[in-house]
Amino acid sequence: MSVMVVRKKVTRKWEKLPGRNTFCCDGRVMMARQKGIFYLTLFLILGTCTLFFAFECRYLAVQLSPAIPVFAAMLFLFSMATLLRTSFSDPGVIPRALPDEAAFIEMEIEATNGAVPQGQRPPPRIKNFQINNQIVKLKYCYTCKIFRPPRASHCSICDNCVERFDHHCPWVGNCVGKRNYRYFYLFILSLSLLTIYVFAFNIVYVALKSLKIGFLETLKETPGTVLEVLICFFTLWSVVGLTGFHTFLVALNQTTNEDIKGSWTGKNRVQNPYSHGNIVKNCCEVLCGPLPPSVLDRRGILPLEESGSRPPSTQETSSSLLPQSPAPTEHLSPNEMPEDTSTPEEMPPPEPPEPPQEVTEAEK
Amino acid sequence: MATEVHNLQELRRSASLATKVFIQRDYSDGTICQFQTKFPPELDSRIERQLFEETVKTLNSFYAEAEKIGGSSYLEGCLACATAYFIFLCMETHYEKVLKKISRYIQEQNEKIFAPRGLLLTDPVERGMRVIEISIYEDRCSSGSSSSGSSSGSGSSGGGGGAGAR
Repeated sequence: MSVMVVRKKVTRKWEKLPGRNTFCCDGRVMMARQKGIFYLTLFLILGTCTLFFAFECRYLAVQLSPAIPVFAAMLFLFSMATLLRTSFSDPGVIPRALPDEAAFIEMEIEATNGAVPQGQRPPPRIKNFQINNQIVKLKYCYTCKIFRPPRASHCSICDNCVERFDHHCPWVGNCVGKRNYRYFYLFILSLSLLTIYVFAFNIVYVALKSLKIGFLETLKETPGTVLEVLICFFTLWSVVGLTGFHTFLVALNQTTNEDIKGSWTGKNRVQNPYSHGNIVKNCCEVLCGPLPPSVLDRRGILPLEESGSRPPSTQETSSSLLPQSPAPTEHLSPNEMPEDTSTPEEMPPPEPPEPPQEVTEAEK
Repeated sequence: MATEVHNLQELRRSASLATKVFIQRDYSDGTICQFQTKFPPELDSRIERQLFEETVKTLNSFYAEAEKIGGSSYLEGCLACATAYFIFLCMETHYEKVLKKISRYIQEQNEKIFAPRGLLLTDPVERGMRVIEISIYEDRCSSGSSSSGSSSGSGSSGGGGGAGAR
């Protein structure tokens, strides 16, 4: 036993985090599970830019100006940096409530609503708050066992509550939330500029070269040009449109989630309480405001008795660190859904059967 | 400093955890991090209301300072953007600096005010900034304590107290 303790590597907290995320570089990188489309994004950007630098830039740098590849390189590096930052950072995940806290909240809820008889669906758990003269409802998340802060939402793909949840973007392979929204916005903005730039200079290249050797010859000499123009053309419509949409959201200090749900528009005339009323102020807050650090503490080290006793499983929480809570009421072990309630909006899709989990306070 | 931390560990060894109180967030000012200053009834016999409120208000002011939107935060944001955010590899953000200040403040409060009264504050950052967790300890030596349900005192190191787990 002592040999095992000495040889066992430290277990870091990311290995035990619940939710459907992938972690790389010993917890430094955090992404969603499905990364296929992210690799496609990388491939398209890298591929198109490689072709551009290899063929068109050489000709244009000589014929027109060497500044052309320089600006292209700067745009390319900036968009890659912001893409990687968006994809690899914590979007603002709210850690799940530990059992003590969950029990405390459950007791408070029962005190407010009264105890629910067994077998009946409990009433939806909502708290009302007044923010800037608007009533904002806080919903209770059954998975994370917390009352979600305003503007937070539960991402069913990553199975986490995310602060200021915007949307889950498969192209960057991560959720877009409070902590990485500005990187996401700068990414789509720089990608739009890069696409327009590459598209424009491809046209210029084809035009210049066609004057000398003819259009068909030009295409035969650098067939990559056709590919680049096609990719840029389709990217332009989608990415530039998306940039415009997000510029609109930033100016009004709204999230995609709120826009889709129509939280601040229409019938009730409920105004957005988070907007400063001034476009410049809104932009400054969203893009240049203070950046909160991640509260997940992915690289924290778990104590030895926690790490040595069971095999690491991504579905477990570090709940066994805490002592028994004094009076758990409707006690649910982490990641289990209550059988007799169903709020389809908040619940993650049913998961495949998992191996039996050890839970220290299992009292059902 | 070492002797004061030692005293906190003594507290954990000699006392058993009775219950925990969770101070929730106050969203009346928007999404900024503020905690409710409402005095929980469980602490009624343990600590003076004023001391508790003062602690929470000081914490709230620290968080407000961290999230303040003004000239310096814009400058930091623009500088970071101009360097494609590589500057954060060598520089700490203003928010992180304030969080460290908060950690030190909580440790100080625990040593001076809360531990002598058998209480322990947990840094909200260890609870995802959702709650301020206050652990209430009953002295094992005292008889007739109300801690009927609690058993494990030594396992209470999960309380943390911001004493360097990060």
